[in-house]
Amino acid sequence: MSKTRDALMDPLFNTNPIALQVLGICSALAITTKMSTALVMSGAVVFVLLFSNLFISMLRNQIPTSIRIIVQLTIIASLVIVVDQVLKAYAFGLSKQLSVFVGLIITNCIIMGRAEAYAMQNPPGISMIDGLGNGLGYAVILAATAVLRELFGSGSLFGVQLLSLASEGGWYTPNGLMLLSPGAFFIIGFFIWALRTWKPEQVEQD
Amino acid sequence: MQGSVGYNLAFAAAVCLVCAVVVSSSAVALADRQDRNAALDKQQNVLLAAGLATDDEKLTADEVAARFAPMTQVVVELGSGAVVDDVDPAGFDQRAAASDSTRSRVAPENLARVVRLPDAALVYEVRDASDHLEMVVLPVEGLGLWGTLYGFLALEGDLRTIRGLTFYEHKETPGLGGEVDNPRWKALWTGRLAFDETLTPVIAVVKGRAGPLADDPYAVDGLSGATITSRGVTNLLQFWLGPEGFEPYLTRLRAEAGG
Repeated sequence: MSKTRDALMDPLFNTNPIALQVLGICSALAITTKMSTALVMSGAVVFVLLFSNLFISMLRNQIPTSIRIIVQLTIIASLVIVVDQVLKAYAFGLSKQLSVFVGLIITNCIIMGRAEAYAMQNPPGISMIDGLGNGLGYAVILAATAVLRELFGSGSLFGVQLLSLASEGGWYTPNGLMLLSPGAFFIIGFFIWALRTWKPEQVEQD
Repeated sequence: MQGSVGYNLAFAAAVCLVCAVVVSSSAVALADRQDRNAALDKQQNVLLAAGLATDDEKLTADEVAARFAPMTQVVVELGSGAVVDDVDPAGFDQRAAASDSTRSRVAPENLARVVRLPDAALVYEVRDASDHLEMVVLPVEGLGLWGTLYGFLALEGDLRTIRGLTFYEHKETPGLGGEVDNPRWKALWTGRLAFDETLTPVIAVVKGRAGPLADDPYAVDGLSGATITSRGVTNLLQFWLGPEGFEPYLTRLRAEAGG
């Protein structure tokens, strides 16, 4: 497999930031009660990762090692603020629901992790692809979690009612656990289990 | 010279400068749109409480403006209920006023857990051609389970009958306390009475189901699994309709209507 393809595809299942590295869990718990918020959040993270990796990679030979972390953080924080401002201007309803979690992308370990581990050592093109791959790896887990949480917690997907709720005279009694953060913990735990059964090399040795 | 202190400082300064320009220009360029969105969102919530819009409708900015047109924004002094003339209602931010010590005071101990009371509040009045009051929308807030619920309560022109209640910001548990957003629950408020014969605010969210309107006019169905949120809603309504809240203002309106 080519290096480009590895950079893009590996983070999806082989080195998934959430499932293997267990990074970015905070937002994965908080905003996956609905598909719409999960996808907008994923889009924001993909955008920030793409460009933080690009800019940091472009500057990688100029950034002084002694202040590299704070320089990375400044670039990431600026990108996140811009994303937050754009969401407030063009998707006000969603940005209200996402509230602080867009701002918290700044502290999302996936982004700092990719900047420090990849973009600092690799040229801009492949760094962007690595950013895209990791962003999509995050998005895959978020979307899968949100499908389960919204479907079984609210009986809907993208706000469209699929299972008629008992409280509205239908047959489905929603599972309240799905709407609470621990529900996401269980779901992500099961994903990690399934992934490590499929790819036993991800299992950590004691 | 890479690695020298001078280079590090110059590099840091350059990064800061570029980032500052990017961030501030995006903030300035988008500020208008954001302010419009925030204002629109608030107006839409007032319309929801007033029953002039429903949750399912996706209204354009023009439609919101058109439906909002009959609403007059009035800044009233909470203590006296009088209209404050020297404040522009369009620019009045009640939540900012409540956290500004020169324009607010510490609230007396209350069940709604309101910490600071603004001196003045922004209400919305609808009057017909002959200046007869048709509706008034009051801002309300109070503690639920996880945080403060912010919303609007709309009263009919008789100032006793509830027209609608909506919360535009809260942190209640989705599916349990978060059901304060459920349109079917919100619909239960319409027609219930906020005040009893002696004009004491007695409207309450009860445990279980409230009786039919004729027998049980001061009660609304509780939210199952959300006792504390339900109690919070009761407390905040009784607080804001009471003497520390809008009682002086409502008394003035009643006197005007009577005389």
